[in-house]
Amino acid sequence: MIAIVIPIGFAGLSLALLLNMIRLVRGPTAVDRILAADTMVINTIALIILYGISQKTTAYFESALLFAMFGFTSTVAYCRFLIRGDIIE
Amino acid sequence: MRLMLIIAIPFFGALLPMLLARAGRRACAIATGLSTLMALVLLLSHAPVISAGQAFAVSHQWVPQVGMDLALRLDGLGLLMAGLILGIGLLIVIYAYHYLGKDESLGAFFTYLLLFQGSMVGIALADNLLSLLVFWEGTSLASFLLIGFWRHLTEGRQGARMALIVTGGGGLALIAGMLLLGDIAGTMTISELTARREAIQQSSRYPLALLLIAVGCFTKSAQFPFHFWLPQAMAAPTPVSAYLHSATMVKAGVFLLARLWPVLSGTEWWFYTIASMGAVTFLLGSVVALFKDDLKALLAYSTISHLGLMTMLLGLGTEAGLIATLLHLLNHAAFKGALFLTVGIIDHETGSRDLRNLGGLWRILPITGAIALLGLAANAGLPPLGGFLSKEMMLEAVSQVSWWGQPHLLTAIAAIAGTFAVAYSARFFAGAFLGEPGADLETAHGPSWGLVGPAALLVVSALAFGVFAQPLAEPILQTAVRGAMGNGDAPTIHLKLWHGVNLPLILSGVAILGGGILAGTFDGWRSLLKRRLAIEGQRVFRACEWQLVSVSRHVTERFHGGSLANYLTWFLVGVLALGGLSVWPSGLRSGDRQLLPINVLALLLITCLAAACLMTILLHRRRLLSVLMANVVGLITSIGFIYFSAPDLALTQISVEVVTLILILLALYFLPKETVAEASPIQRWRDAALAGLCGAAMFALTWVVLSSDGPTDLANYLIEQSKPAGGGSNVVNVILVDFRGFDTFNEIMVLAISALIIYALLDGAMHGAAADKLDHWEHDIPRSPEKHPAMFISFTRALLPLALLVGVYMFLRGHNQPGGGFVAGLVVTIALIVQYMVSGYQWAAERISIDYHSWIGWGILLAAGTGVASMILGYPFLTNAHEHFDLPYLGSLDISSALVFDLGVLMTVVGAVMLALANLSRLGRRAERAAQKAAEAAKLLDRGE
Repeated sequence: MIAIVIPIGFAGLSLALLLNMIRLVRGPTAVDRILAADTMVINTIALIILYGISQKTTAYFESALLFAMFGFTSTVAYCRFLIRGDIIE
Repeated sequence: MRLMLIIAIPFFGALLPMLLARAGRRACAIATGLSTLMALVLLLSHAPVISAGQAFAVSHQWVPQVGMDLALRLDGLGLLMAGLILGIGLLIVIYAYHYLGKDESLGAFFTYLLLFQGSMVGIALADNLLSLLVFWEGTSLASFLLIGFWRHLTEGRQGARMALIVTGGGGLALIAGMLLLGDIAGTMTISELTARREAIQQSSRYPLALLLIAVGCFTKSAQFPFHFWLPQAMAAPTPVSAYLHSATMVKAGVFLLARLWPVLSGTEWWFYTIASMGAVTFLLGSVVALFKDDLKALLAYSTISHLGLMTMLLGLGTEAGLIATLLHLLNHAAFKGALFLTVGIIDHETGSRDLRNLGGLWRILPITGAIALLGLAANAGLPPLGGFLSKEMMLEAVSQVSWWGQPHLLTAIAAIAGTFAVAYSARFFAGAFLGEPGADLETAHGPSWGLVGPAALLVVSALAFGVFAQPLAEPILQTAVRGAMGNGDAPTIHLKLWHGVNLPLILSGVAILGGGILAGTFDGWRSLLKRRLAIEGQRVFRACEWQLVSVSRHVTERFHGGSLANYLTWFLVGVLALGGLSVWPSGLRSGDRQLLPINVLALLLITCLAAACLMTILLHRRRLLSVLMANVVGLITSIGFIYFSAPDLALTQISVEVVTLILILLALYFLPKETVAEASPIQRWRDAALAGLCGAAMFALTWVVLSSDGPTDLANYLIEQSKPAGGGSNVVNVILVDFRGFDTFNEIMVLAISALIIYALLDGAMHGAAADKLDHWEHDIPRSPEKHPAMFISFTRALLPLALLVGVYMFLRGHNQPGGGFVAGLVVTIALIVQYMVSGYQWAAERISIDYHSWIGWGILLAAGTGVASMILGYPFLTNAHEHFDLPYLGSLDISSALVFDLGVLMTVVGAVMLALANLSRLGRRAERAAQKAAEAAKLLDRGE
């Protein structure tokens, strides 16, 4: 069962990543691109977990954990830069 | 063991003055004096055994692979030298305490002095050629610090720099010469060299080794043509001049030549190199000394002359020469030290050292005058002082040797130099102490006993070595000669004041007469010769230095010129050219590893990576977007690391991306947000072609490396030994903190230094032109009024304890699972930085009370501590131990001492990165405050209207 599900999961995530990249390349404004990068981070979390499942190992779990904890930090930094300029006030 | 203590005490004592500086000047001086005294007492406790003809030796391994041991040997010669260093050192400590003013940093001075003392004693006692070199360089460095002690004086800085360059350059030659000598002889131990004397002198490399060692000794002992740094070094405070540049450091070259005398001397090479240079220096020094008005410069050239005398005597290669050298070593230290101290007293009390201004000091400074009279008499070689004895011996030794076939040439040179010595000594005394007082003398007052005492003691010993030569000087000399020549061959020495009317006595008489006449008629014929003596060694040196600098600057401008694009172009062209040249003959061949089938996901990721890279280039002028694209590249790289099963690397990449981004954005705030289009289309096509070529070259290289089998032995060894030898199953972490721990230690030191430099630079930006700009800063983008959105705040504050928990978790498990000190440090840093970012600097700084500077310091100390702890237990630096524990509730644990090292790494990383980032934000806050003030001022103006 799992042997069928994993490829489907990979396919879906790959499609998501591809669409993100298209938005990253096309998106006319800076905010579009920032959102695209942020969504890529979320997709990456899922990708890493799925990869860990497919390899039957827990060694990659912490990487996904770090992405989940700090993935938003870059986005926050970009946004603060856009609206205030000085990111640590 | 006691020998090691003699060297260790000054070095450890060097820590005390800096620490005690707050307790007062007296505490500093007492600590320094006590250290010197302890070392001296330890040294003298060996004296009875050594004068009976024995020697002490002790040896520890230091770097066995190159043959360097910390080997010490105390024989008669070492006893003489070390006794001079420590004895005169003690007197100098007392003198310096009274000489230096209240506002001079005495703590730093005494620290440098003790460092010098330790290195110098190391030279005297060293038995291994390589460890002697270490101490040699130590004295050069300490001398640099001491000469430049008065940093506010230009002469001080320039003199220090010149001394360092000359003695350092000589040190380089000495390293080469010593290595050659050790190679020829097959051993690095000095005491074993004497046995291989024949083999060394027959070798074809003997002349080269001899010349290199001679250059090293000549630079240190200020022989012609390397003598010009010594007069410049007179910009140092007088205690330094008396200690280093007359009594001890400049004698190091002579000492080394005496040490190597039984091994290298006796050949024509030795005679012609060393005796010639010595004779020239002897004559040159005493002639020039006569023309100097500055008392210290006069004494400097006099020292150069006496050093030339000793070098010449050693160069003769005869026993008589060696004995005369050692006697003069002792005497010269006594009377020259006393003379320098006298000049210091004159300078301290009257404010002038110029012979043209001084005069009639006998009335105000009678005791100083008496000391100077005795010292100058010894300098001129008048009986019954010790200087007379050594001069007689010198003349005796020289008259027995013929130079370039002329039997009397050397004797004539010695006689002329002696005449000039009498002349300048007479001129010194007459000009300073006799006659009418000079015009601009300050109201001179009597000097304190602390200044006069040491000088008096030294000059009394100079007198005693002459009058009481047999009971006092003879045993010391005998012991020294026995040590220098090895026990069996040393002749018994008899020192007598009166040898009957012989050639040396006649020559001395002639010298005294001639010198007196010269001094008396000096002013008359000096004005005639004033123009001729214009070439000075230091002018040549400065001209060479200036030329070198301007040529370097020209070359740098051509290739660098401040433009990064220019520099990169040259760099890449160079790399491509060199790489192409090295690969051209044989070509690159692809390896024969089996290729794996392409995975659709991997293909997709690579496409995304390529697209992101391309976007970085296309958007490079819009800086924010370019940074964003670079971040995406980093993200995909992290996925790539996971795909290639490197979870540690992925973790590090993820955290470093975030930190780097925050760093860049903090800086980008003050930079233009758009790059100006500067390059012409031709330049852009050229750059594109170059970049394409480099990319293709990298691709080819990477393909070749990936498709061939690498060095699997090392990889297998590390993986296999990771658990048994390293105590952890995460081989990456074990490599970082155990197998390659020293490398990591260096890395965290570099990180700490960078953070401190950032802090220092930003501190400087708070004053001056940069601060001006910040105060008039205007925002170039429209800003939203909401500073700290509440949604961010609530989320990140809740996240903080969880993030810190993750950090601790990763730290503790790092040795066996992916994680480690560095990643944990970065996780903690990001968790803290996010608080600053989201809740505001003020709020966070009030609550995060970590002192980042001390965390950096403690981190490095912890890391170094684990290394030193293993050394104390007898293992090499940074050896780790690991144990298996079975605890009741926690289960089974594998703990390695590398955990402490990892903790050090963590603390350094947190401290360094937080310091850098928190301080970068100071710029922004300063600009903000200024903008707020401007806004308020504008509001007031509006209301006023």
